[in-house]
Amino acid sequence: MATIRVFSLILSVLSIITLLWTQSGECNNGRRLGDAVDTDFSGFSVPLEHSFEIDDVPRFRLRGALQFRGGRENGVYLAQNQLSEKDRNTMKDVAAVDGLYRIRVPRVSLQVDRQTEKQSEGYITAFVRACSLVESHLSDVITLHTDVSGNVIGISIVTIPGSCRGIEVEDEVDLEVFNTTISVVAPVTAPVPETAPYIERMDQEMEKKGKNPQEQKSFFAKYWMYIVPLVLFLMMSGAQDQSGGGGGAGGGAGNGGGR
Amino acid sequence: MAWLVVRLAISLSLLYTASAVFEDQVGKFDWREQFIGKVRFALFDTHSQASKKLLVATDKNVFASLNSRTGDLFWRHVDKTGPEGHIDALLMYGQDAVVVVGNGRLLRSWETTVGGLKWEAVLDTGSFQAAALIGVQDFVKYVAVLKKSAISLHDLSSGSQIWVENLPDSDTVQYQTIYSGGNGLVFVLGFVPSSHIVIVEYKIEDGEIMKKKSVEAAWMSSLENSCAVISSGNLLCVDQTTQSLYTLPLQSAEHTEMRQIHLQTLDLEVASGFQPVLTSTQPNPAQPPLAEFFLQLSPDHHILLQLKDDLIAPLRDFNPSYLAAFATSGEKTVAAVMTSKNDTACSINLFSADTGRRHLDTTIIYHMDPNGGKPNRLYVHAFLKKDDSVGYRVMVQTEDLTLTFLQQPGRVVWMREEALADVVTMEMVDLPLTGTQAELEGEFGKKADGLLPMVLKRLSSQFILLQAWMAHLWKLFYDARKPRSSVKNEVTIDTLSRDEFNLQKMMVMVTASGKLFGIDSKSGTVLWKQYLEDIKPDSIFKLIVQRTTAHFPHPPQCTLLIKDKDTGLGSLYVFNPIFGKKSHISVPALPRPVLQTLLLPVIDQDYAKVLLLIDDQYKVTAFPSTKNVLQQLQDTASSVFFYLVDSSQGKLSGFRLRMDLSTELIWEVVIPTEVQKIVAVKGKRANEHVHSQGRVMGDRSVLYKYLNPNLLAVITESTDIHQERSFVGIFLIDGVTGRIVHEAVQRKARGPVHFVHSENWLVYVYWNSKFRRNEFSVLELFEGAELYNSTVFSSLDRPHPPQVLQQSYIFPAPISTLEATLTEKGITSRHLLVGLPSGSILSLPKMFLDPRRPELISEQSREENLIPYAPEMPIRTEWFINYNQTVSRVRGIYTAPSGLESTCLVVVYGLDIYQTRVFPSKQFDVLKDDYDYVLISSVLFGLFFATMISKRLAEVKLLNRAWR
Repeated sequence: MATIRVFSLILSVLSIITLLWTQSGECNNGRRLGDAVDTDFSGFSVPLEHSFEIDDVPRFRLRGALQFRGGRENGVYLAQNQLSEKDRNTMKDVAAVDGLYRIRVPRVSLQVDRQTEKQSEGYITAFVRACSLVESHLSDVITLHTDVSGNVIGISIVTIPGSCRGIEVEDEVDLEVFNTTISVVAPVTAPVPETAPYIERMDQEMEKKGKNPQEQKSFFAKYWMYIVPLVLFLMMSGAQDQSGGGGGAGGGAGNGGGR
Repeated sequence: MAWLVVRLAISLSLLYTASAVFEDQVGKFDWREQFIGKVRFALFDTHSQASKKLLVATDKNVFASLNSRTGDLFWRHVDKTGPEGHIDALLMYGQDAVVVVGNGRLLRSWETTVGGLKWEAVLDTGSFQAAALIGVQDFVKYVAVLKKSAISLHDLSSGSQIWVENLPDSDTVQYQTIYSGGNGLVFVLGFVPSSHIVIVEYKIEDGEIMKKKSVEAAWMSSLENSCAVISSGNLLCVDQTTQSLYTLPLQSAEHTEMRQIHLQTLDLEVASGFQPVLTSTQPNPAQPPLAEFFLQLSPDHHILLQLKDDLIAPLRDFNPSYLAAFATSGEKTVAAVMTSKNDTACSINLFSADTGRRHLDTTIIYHMDPNGGKPNRLYVHAFLKKDDSVGYRVMVQTEDLTLTFLQQPGRVVWMREEALADVVTMEMVDLPLTGTQAELEGEFGKKADGLLPMVLKRLSSQFILLQAWMAHLWKLFYDARKPRSSVKNEVTIDTLSRDEFNLQKMMVMVTASGKLFGIDSKSGTVLWKQYLEDIKPDSIFKLIVQRTTAHFPHPPQCTLLIKDKDTGLGSLYVFNPIFGKKSHISVPALPRPVLQTLLLPVIDQDYAKVLLLIDDQYKVTAFPSTKNVLQQLQDTASSVFFYLVDSSQGKLSGFRLRMDLSTELIWEVVIPTEVQKIVAVKGKRANEHVHSQGRVMGDRSVLYKYLNPNLLAVITESTDIHQERSFVGIFLIDGVTGRIVHEAVQRKARGPVHFVHSENWLVYVYWNSKFRRNEFSVLELFEGAELYNSTVFSSLDRPHPPQVLQQSYIFPAPISTLEATLTEKGITSRHLLVGLPSGSILSLPKMFLDPRRPELISEQSREENLIPYAPEMPIRTEWFINYNQTVSRVRGIYTAPSGLESTCLVVVYGLDIYQTRVFPSKQFDVLKDDYDYVLISSVLFGLFFATMISKRLAEVKLLNRAWR
């Protein structure tokens, strides 16, 4: 009995855990990729572009290449270059005027068999405040979101920490290399009403009830032998009261109840 | 034992949430108004003189009987929506009303006194053309239904089909009309466009074709409106291009072409571009129609003509005249004609049909509502008075769907606002303060002018308040002596003022016909109405409250954005929601289609919130756009973000406002339309308050909620509708950064999806196509045990994704709409209001929709008051907030907070309107109605005196002891 209960407890805990948004710390966190899991990936790469300009008009340049690896443990790696001296200065300037740092990737499908199909044109873009990128020393978290059939639908970029406190970043070395955590996230399957465990639990309860009938008896069924004489005694005393000529309201009521 | 605890927990939780209306509370704070929609057919019961019945069939597929003395409903039948329940024809004879429903699918006969169905016949397929009652020898025995390719005859008393015959050459000939003059024959009239008319003659007994002929009519374009049968079987047609009338005796064999009568010979002319209309009358289906008929030559020109001995003679010319109608009582047939009297009134007069002579003293003056539309339909109820003269009443329907019932000399007997059967959107606005309260408020608004005047002003306003309070007390005392029923005072627009707990509000309703209403939420009285002309059907409306009542002396201000469905061009209508008056504020012109509106918390110097309108070139128009506003916008531009949804391309994009009020694209999310299409996007309500930042867990730690005010819930449906592969997608996207916060798919699911997005949760309902049932699913977002930044929320600085918990439940009923309760401070627990197709409104406690409901109860979950998980959602009858006051075809539920934290105002609209209050956590801040004041005060006084006496006794005792 106890084992079953523990087991179902673990199950429920597990189901909650799978629902949680575990923070993707690693590039390859083994997350299921919906339908795309079973399809084979041969490596292919997609350019990741970024833009940070003083005048805030986006001019995208290559930042790196997203490399999708095939195999069951599909993952994504980001190969990226160092920021040049000029870029570093621009970045700082943009951060100073609270400009935006934008990234974009082309709309692609991560499923190999769809690769050959018509490529949907256009990009998906996201942004982060340049100052927060600078203050976090270029440590950013990029997440690619796919739909059920493996099309990239959205990209998000956050920096950790994400705030802009106006801290000066003096060390040039801090702005040279991106410290990027990248992951691909597919939609989770929403739970359906869990009827089976519930019915199982009900059955257990029923079984328990059948095994231990004594315990399930109601209060009245268990103690009737004490209650009935008590009630009888009370009634008798009430009747006596009235015949004795007490005639109070309580006695009258007791008598009425007795009849 | 565990099971016992489970049950105990369930029953306890139910005890906590159970609430229902007591019998004596019925109608105390709720009301319902029932509507029927735009009247398409209206027939007065002329069967007996005393009859009060008025049968109507409407465009909302409603068939109803109205009390013609009061305008109340006797009974009402609401059929299916859409073409399936469309009422094609309504015929009445005696006590029976025959209705053709669903493009000729069903023929039904109703008993008119109680509205019971007498019989129903399923007809053969084929699109409906016409229906007529057929009489034989002065008795109406049959009803004939004409379809595109067949005609069938049914018995009127049983509905059984007598015969059905195919129409000859039905693929080329368009048959449109049936006629019978009670002589044992049925004529079916059809025509071939621009060629000839076909007349087929059937024998009533067995449906045998007696005769079939075709008559040359090259000018013919439609039979229905331009032709009528008059006077013992003469077909009469009118044609605009040849400016002629054509006649043809139906039965004679020798006529092979129609006789042409030029309108010129009658000194008449059809207005150019106007399709002339012929109106004839057949008082008794068993007898031929009258020889008199109306010819409408232009929108405001009717003429009464008579056909006599093959000659057409004008009886009376009505120029100008808006509407004309025939009515019959007994043997007398009269014509009522509405003519213009002056700018604001019309007069209706009665004329004898056979002579065209005016009846004396029969004028009804119809005063047109200056805020309403023009009259467009006239229904006349004629009756014989005791002195055998003809009396009449009329029902006028206007463009704004108002039904007005008038009697001589112009008394409005009743009025129905049928536009309210189609409410599109609504808002609730606080009522203004009373004069004295406003005076006090005004004191703070004014500029300070010295210490002494301020003190004097304060004293004077306090004195006014004292005076008002005394008057109030006096009124209470005065009213207490009167019987309760007579105390109820009428609500008028002049006596409107906010009550103590702000429970009474102004409901501003926008209807599809373009009529706006201001309704008192306490009584349901329409306090003002305003018809907006030139609104195209299917326009999209958005109602925005720009300034609430809180900024005295500035009047409250609502703005209605009206957007044309095809062109996307919008226009703004600004008005005062309390009085319905149009504001004279200059409104920006919107030359380009409006894509998105945004109400900013930025206010101008007159305390109106700024409305931003984004057009298809992503240009921003601000309203109001004073210098002050533009300055403020420039200052806050970098923090103004908005999103656009293009569901045809599956694109969601985010924009940021620039200093110069242009915009820049900052993020883009594209959901490929080949896989799924976006069906709905919803943010959170701006006026929502969340009281607690987190939930206290069983172990006394706190689980903080992820309260992102910018979060958008995007619902998609798969394009693949196969039951195994279809799915519903749920995306939670941050509206500022475009970050996909959560992404889930509900597999084997299908729409329609109803959802509510509030606080840190999203509840949605979908159809499980595998198990064929409705299911609820709830998503809750938590930050975890620690808040990233507890002081302020910024979408730009919240790097950690929230934890998402989700659970699903079976809901054992279909759903029409979903909404959540809303209270002033958000302390009260939330309920979900579920509109069911049955017309009931279910108030479902949110605690049943909690993804943390445990599978197995533990000490901690009990501590937290969590209900153990059960896959099926219970439906308890005491949760129906509208007991037996069902609301037909619920389309929307509107919730508004009141001044009491426990109370939420609810308005349900659809075909009917229902208003009530709900108390999700019971009335914890209100004393009950039956609170025993006498008992509590006597106990108090008793205790007080007991203390006095015992104190005295104690003193005496102390004294005595001291003496000892």
